[in-house]
Amino acid sequence: MNIQIKRYFYGDIPEENTGGGNAGKKEQPGSVTWPLWEVFIRSKQGLDHKHVGSLHATDAKMAIENARDVYTRRMEGISIWVVESQYIHASNPDDAEAFYEPANDKVYRHPTFYDLPDEVKHM
Amino acid sequence: MSVQELEKIFQDKIDREVRIEPKDWMPDAYRKTLIRQISQHAHSEIVGMLPEGNWITRAPSLKRKAILLAKVQDEAGHGLYLYAATETLGITREQTIDDLHSGKAKYSSIFNYPTITWADIGAIGWLVDGAAILNQVMLCRTSYGPYARANIRICKEESFHQRQGFEILLVLSQGTPEQKAMLQDAVDRWWWPSLMMFGPRDSESTHSDQSTQWKIKRKSNDELRQQFVDMIAEQAKILQVTLPDPELKWNAEKKQYDWGEIDWNEFWNVVKGNGPCNKQRLDARKKAHDNGAWVREAAKAYADKRKEREEKEIKVA
Repeated sequence: MNIQIKRYFYGDIPEENTGGGNAGKKEQPGSVTWPLWEVFIRSKQGLDHKHVGSLHATDAKMAIENARDVYTRRMEGISIWVVESQYIHASNPDDAEAFYEPANDKVYRHPTFYDLPDEVKHM
Repeated sequence: MSVQELEKIFQDKIDREVRIEPKDWMPDAYRKTLIRQISQHAHSEIVGMLPEGNWITRAPSLKRKAILLAKVQDEAGHGLYLYAATETLGITREQTIDDLHSGKAKYSSIFNYPTITWADIGAIGWLVDGAAILNQVMLCRTSYGPYARANIRICKEESFHQRQGFEILLVLSQGTPEQKAMLQDAVDRWWWPSLMMFGPRDSESTHSDQSTQWKIKRKSNDELRQQFVDMIAEQAKILQVTLPDPELKWNAEKKQYDWGEIDWNEFWNVVKGNGPCNKQRLDARKKAHDNGAWVREAAKAYADKRKEREEKEIKVA
């Protein structure tokens, strides 16, 4: 597939026009990388923690402090969970069809499956 | 499954408005386009702190200092949301930052203009953030999930930026003749560069527009620019300023403003690195990165050492 992108968007200048280039690129001093963490925030008591994004930090304490600065500047949260991204295991989207297939043909699991007369109240 | 089949499934998802998520199959060119676009958006947030940072200590009151500080802090946060979104596409943070420093990746050219007076801080909020918001509101519906979510988060915070900028200018517009002149001067200098933020004209695009087909972008540069002009021309009346374009006037038939031609030579010149502050901005970023190297190393060493000690204690116990 021959793909050409010729329209430029905000913050999106095509490479052929950017000048500069990789010339003189060298290993930056101190290119130490910190692990990636996933951040989950409970916005108020009684609600679940919800994934909000990720950040880099050396340890859990720093990850929580950074998460506070980045994700709760406007009172968005009262509780923060951080999990190092490498410990998150996820289902594979390519298998989604087969994986969720068992739920497909079980419409009787939904209340709307059952036809009841209109006179039945509170059900 | 063949690439053609995968591409068909992919495009079909896009057409049905199903968002693409990091682990989904996507064409290489889609991934590359996103890496370039999102990282450049991130760099724009980070470099965008510099012209304003210049005024944090000079802002005219404690209130204005506190507000500006909060705004600049937001921009650091926006940069982080976007860097994190870029990383979901399989590129490291280090690599994106290296690309900025080597000149391979760009940021919005608007930040290569200097902030000479206090009114410039107001003009940036009103015009530059105003232009950025139009773009970011559109990007809330972009096809790549993490980028859309980052933009939603950004938009929630950005409207404070634009309003505080307008209010700075509103106060100046009710001030002394000198303050009014300062306001007009800032608008004169920021108007055209703000229009340039939307990128080249649509007619410059000679090939099929892949980004639109992929719904990365949903409005053209010229559409967004028109929307911006129509919005700002009306707001300018409240500030009693003149936008520096003699051809700007309401077209009753088209129900939109007509305006003059952008100086595209200036646009490409600044993109290519010859703007008033290109070198200064990049130097400041590199210096900050290099000066922070020992902090990154020390924090890592500290964390490693503590982890080691904890492991030892567990063994002993």
